[in-house]
Amino acid sequence: MLTKRIIPCLDVTQGRVVKGTSFMDLRDVGDPVEFAAFYYKEGADELVFLDIGATPEGRSTMVDVVERVSKQVFIPLTVGGGLRNTHDIRRMLEAGADKTAINTAAVLNPQLIGNGAKKFGSQCIVVAIDAKRVISADGPKWEVCTHGGRKQTGIDATTWAKQAVALGAGELLLTSWDADGHRTGYDLELTRTISETVTVPVIASGGAGNLKHLYQALADGKADAVLAASIFHYQTYSIHQAKDYLAERGVPVRK
Amino acid sequence: MKGEMIAIIDYGAGNLRSVANAIAKLGYQPRVTNNPGDVLSAAAVILPGVGAAADTMRNLAESGMSEVIRQLISEERPLFAICMGMQVMLQGSEEGGWHECLGVIPGIVKRLSSEVKIPHMGWNQVKQRIAHPIFDAIPDEANFYFVHSYYADPDDTSVVAGTTDYGVSMCSVMIKGNLVATQFHPEKSGEYGLRMYSNFLQMALKGRFGRC
Repeated sequence: MLTKRIIPCLDVTQGRVVKGTSFMDLRDVGDPVEFAAFYYKEGADELVFLDIGATPEGRSTMVDVVERVSKQVFIPLTVGGGLRNTHDIRRMLEAGADKTAINTAAVLNPQLIGNGAKKFGSQCIVVAIDAKRVISADGPKWEVCTHGGRKQTGIDATTWAKQAVALGAGELLLTSWDADGHRTGYDLELTRTISETVTVPVIASGGAGNLKHLYQALADGKADAVLAASIFHYQTYSIHQAKDYLAERGVPVRK
Repeated sequence: MKGEMIAIIDYGAGNLRSVANAIAKLGYQPRVTNNPGDVLSAAAVILPGVGAAADTMRNLAESGMSEVIRQLISEERPLFAICMGMQVMLQGSEEGGWHECLGVIPGIVKRLSSEVKIPHMGWNQVKQRIAHPIFDAIPDEANFYFVHSYYADPDDTSVVAGTTDYGVSMCSVMIKGNLVATQFHPEKSGEYGLRMYSNFLQMALKGRFGRC
């Protein structure tokens, strides 16, 4: 049986792992290569690196981080943040990334999804969607935000998710803008809505504060994988503890 | 012996670095190459693979590697084929219409069931169907990392060394003589993945193939 994946996320800026709330108030929490090696040993199923500075210098630093990590960590690595074209994607894949996550660039130029999938295969193209809840007369709705949450696009997240998959996305990384960094749980309605809409795997992100939240995103949110940062970075829980907790509740995990 | 040159066939598939990193980590000398002389003189050869069947077959043909691979197989040289590398060993693939493949293993490549999410992405168990040194120190039902939408369906079940369930029960480890092929990516499958490469390379270098 395909297992559910536990994915620690490393938000990186200028070569350091940082942590913030709703994409702001960043604090330095450590070295990305050390974090990656630690999570690999602990049994993480994959790692995601997001360059949240997304400057040209930051991108070069990220290439270096990915090269160093891929020499000692033998699980899938996804890199995102500021990737604007297929040249940027190729650079990360050549450095040792297995997948690249594109967000703002995909919204501005949806053809990047198709071009990337055609050149490198759908499995390399993760479309990251940052979704913000909006009030609507006919139930909950979510709007896509870009530029690290600073811009709202007016695009409906469900519509965009479908379009991204049709264009060739191999996976979606779905972050709730409202829940991110608050540790009060994933947006389960959002996760379930998107997961039930698309045919590709969905990684739930934003809001994990305890192990129950991981369970809810997988069981109730129907996500294929859960992404979390602070609960692992601050060693509130180990990956082992998370997997034991999920296994006890009948969620298939790799141990 | 550690330090021996292991050729990783480069036909423009990308993601070769992960395979090279894994081989280097085990103490061997990886050489990513599209030079037939390098490939034919290597102690063992790895054929990686990601991307589409049609592109892979075209790239293999254009780089002259199709013929090199046939030669490796006819000379029973140790060859490890990964993912798309495994699929091209069969006669043809249903991916994107119909594409002729190398045809060294009878059977075809089919699309996964539409009842499951595609691609099959993540860690899944490999059931060991035969005892073979490729599985040394790897428990039955150990998890390996998969990412694919099509799967190899060989006609001859005696080449099926391991299976994995995802909508269907598919061949995830295929062994014929000195050819070992996996649908999953050992270089992305943690310690058991590294162990599988190590088992393969030890067999290749000791000439232990064919005894089991």
